[in-house]
Amino acid sequence: MAEMKKAKLSPEPKGETSPLKKEEKIIEIVGVSKIFDDTAAVDNVSLYVRKGEFITFLGPSGCGKTTTLRMIAGFDIPTSGKILLNGKDITDLPPNKRPVNTVFQRYALFPHYNIYDNVAFGLKLKKIPVTYVNDKGETYTKMQKLTRKEIDEKVKNALAVVDLEGFEKRSVSTLSGGQQQRVAIARAIVNEPEILLLDEPLGALDLKMRKEMQIELKEMHKKLGITFIYVTHDQEEALTMSDTIVVMKDGQIQQIGTPTSIYNEPANAFVANFIGDSNLFNGTMVGAKLVRFCNHNFKCLDDFEKNEKVDVVVRPEDIKMTNADEGMLKGQVISVVFKGVHYEITVKVGKTEVVIQNTESRNVGDTIGLDILPDGIHIMKKAFTENKYDGYITKKNTVVFGDGEFECDVTQLYPGSHLDEEGYLITAEGEQLDLTDTDVKVEVGFQSIEISDNAEEGGAQGHIVSIIYKGDHYQVIVRTEENEEDYVLDTEDLWNENDFVGVKIAPENIRLTLKQEIKQK
Amino acid sequence: MVRKILSVALCVAVLLFIYSPILLLVVYSFTSANVIGKWEGFSFSLYGDLFRNAEIMQILLNTVVLALVAAALSTLLGTAGAIGIFYSKKRVAAPLRGISQIPVINAEIVTAISLALLFSMVAFYRTYFSLVIGHMVLCTPFVVLSVMPKLKQMDPNIYEAALDLGAGPTTALFKVVIPQIFSGITAGFMLSITLSLDDYIVTAFTKPKTFDTISTYVYNAVKNGTNSSTPALRALSALIFVVMIAAVLILNLRVRKHSAKESAK
Repeated sequence: MAEMKKAKLSPEPKGETSPLKKEEKIIEIVGVSKIFDDTAAVDNVSLYVRKGEFITFLGPSGCGKTTTLRMIAGFDIPTSGKILLNGKDITDLPPNKRPVNTVFQRYALFPHYNIYDNVAFGLKLKKIPVTYVNDKGETYTKMQKLTRKEIDEKVKNALAVVDLEGFEKRSVSTLSGGQQQRVAIARAIVNEPEILLLDEPLGALDLKMRKEMQIELKEMHKKLGITFIYVTHDQEEALTMSDTIVVMKDGQIQQIGTPTSIYNEPANAFVANFIGDSNLFNGTMVGAKLVRFCNHNFKCLDDFEKNEKVDVVVRPEDIKMTNADEGMLKGQVISVVFKGVHYEITVKVGKTEVVIQNTESRNVGDTIGLDILPDGIHIMKKAFTENKYDGYITKKNTVVFGDGEFECDVTQLYPGSHLDEEGYLITAEGEQLDLTDTDVKVEVGFQSIEISDNAEEGGAQGHIVSIIYKGDHYQVIVRTEENEEDYVLDTEDLWNENDFVGVKIAPENIRLTLKQEIKQK
Repeated sequence: MVRKILSVALCVAVLLFIYSPILLLVVYSFTSANVIGKWEGFSFSLYGDLFRNAEIMQILLNTVVLALVAAALSTLLGTAGAIGIFYSKKRVAAPLRGISQIPVINAEIVTAISLALLFSMVAFYRTYFSLVIGHMVLCTPFVVLSVMPKLKQMDPNIYEAALDLGAGPTTALFKVVIPQIFSGITAGFMLSITLSLDDYIVTAFTKPKTFDTISTYVYNAVKNGTNSSTPALRALSALIFVVMIAAVLILNLRVRKHSAKESAK
């Protein structure tokens, strides 16, 4: 994932709507981290924003998107890293010195002012250089406040942009949520900022209002021509409005790209799952552009190494339904849900459930065939295929890693060795070794880990932080409390997020290798 | 029906229990007898005496001026303190808030004696200055107490929005934060005035010898039981009571009007 953080992944040509050159970076974030009370809200994030574009930070709550926005606004100062505006370092500049304005989620209007005074707040504080000619004919400039007339003019224009003409004298509390949000937008754009920051601005509005405001914001962006940085957890909102989407999770960037590229070519299982509905399968490359999943070989467009284990994404709308014996796959319909525009049909193929979206319906219990064309199959590198830890051997010849202690077979460290009665290791050459405190590398496969409700039973304990359905099993991540070590495992049982579980690993499934030569006794 | 009568009767009994001493005082302020309990016919003469008594008028003025000065200074200090505590880091804010409230629960006599001790050590003892400081010690915690909830209720983004629109921290404080917490500041100021007006203990321990407020004057005058040397004080007490009742009524009416306006929105 390191290479993704560096720069935008394949920024696609953007057509005539935004003829922008790559050099026109307005904001550049370089290796920025923000740590609150020992946890990193934003973890070494680097990205840039091009002048005039509509960029969206998208992710679940707690992914660091709002913190990133607040650092651009100047409300939070990065723990490390730099923020550049037009090439100049603004990392430590206070918010009132930045040519950036923010629209807050809960509007943050000033309740003791009327609409006019709210919108005029920034203008009344602003000083602009005015050029004069003195008696001797020399010109000089003076910083001067805007005149009453200029302010009136600008406030009127800003209110016209947000469709609130004539609301000047109204008080904030007499406006509806949608109107308040418009005032908040007017209050920000009236200052003619270089960048407008929007922190989930539509989060507090109802669905219909939200859809209307989405279209209006998009039009406003076109009309004003300033850069919009938008934060949302709503993937649909991000897809409809943005030129560029930055998908974030756990303070890190998962993928940067256009809405189309993020939807069609998600970089990993998380992005595929978060953006739109998707079927995720465990697959294996069985040849050149040939992938096997659900016991069938499919032609695909992505090229990976033969025999590599991969994640396969198939969007529900990319699966065609055929007669039972004509399809590439055969399965039984187990549920049909009407979703308005389409039906959502779940089909059981072998042990795997496949979700299909189609305008045609089928009956529950029907046996049908399924076809997936090569361009409907997207293949991703597996995020990880094995758990790897650093650990050490204890006096009792157990191994400590990942905030836990496990029984293991230490003789695998030295081929042909065995243990004597006192617990010393005797190598094949007959040398006696004390393994206490030996540093080792530990590898454990996803299938080798079991979790149990009885936390004490396990060698380590933690909470389930993520569950991703992979067609015929769940991929679960258990995170320990102390050092936040992750155990990734595959299981067929359904667990709940936040369950506190014990992690069990059979001794023969713990692979150990020496980190360095150990001292002889 | 019986039940209703009983409940009304009980209410009346409770109110009588609370108010009968004051009622007695008010009734006897309309007779010129030197001793309470003796009725020498209805007259306003005590009220006349009261307003002709230059000493009492001076003391009344002293008390009001002291209350205004102490309340104003306490409000300034308490508001600044509340804002300071609110915007400090969590680790600092919690203990600060706790410490600032100790004077509220501390016995007033302890506060008064410690103030007296402190002032006698630093030579301000029994000056007008020490008196004002004493009253500020009394009032400031209550200002903090009434401003703090307003700060907590305030949308935290409002201050940030002001900064975002180009205001410096000071401008943002005066244009946005202070107006938002103004009702808390006023409440703190009013509370300080009432606390200062009727305070006896701290005043007695910190006031200059020749200076008196109403509380200390009345206390000295009636020290020997009911045989008050200045019966006009009965009229003064009755007046204070009426003024207080009026103040409470006006405040209540205003609150009711305000909430009616709020709900009308």
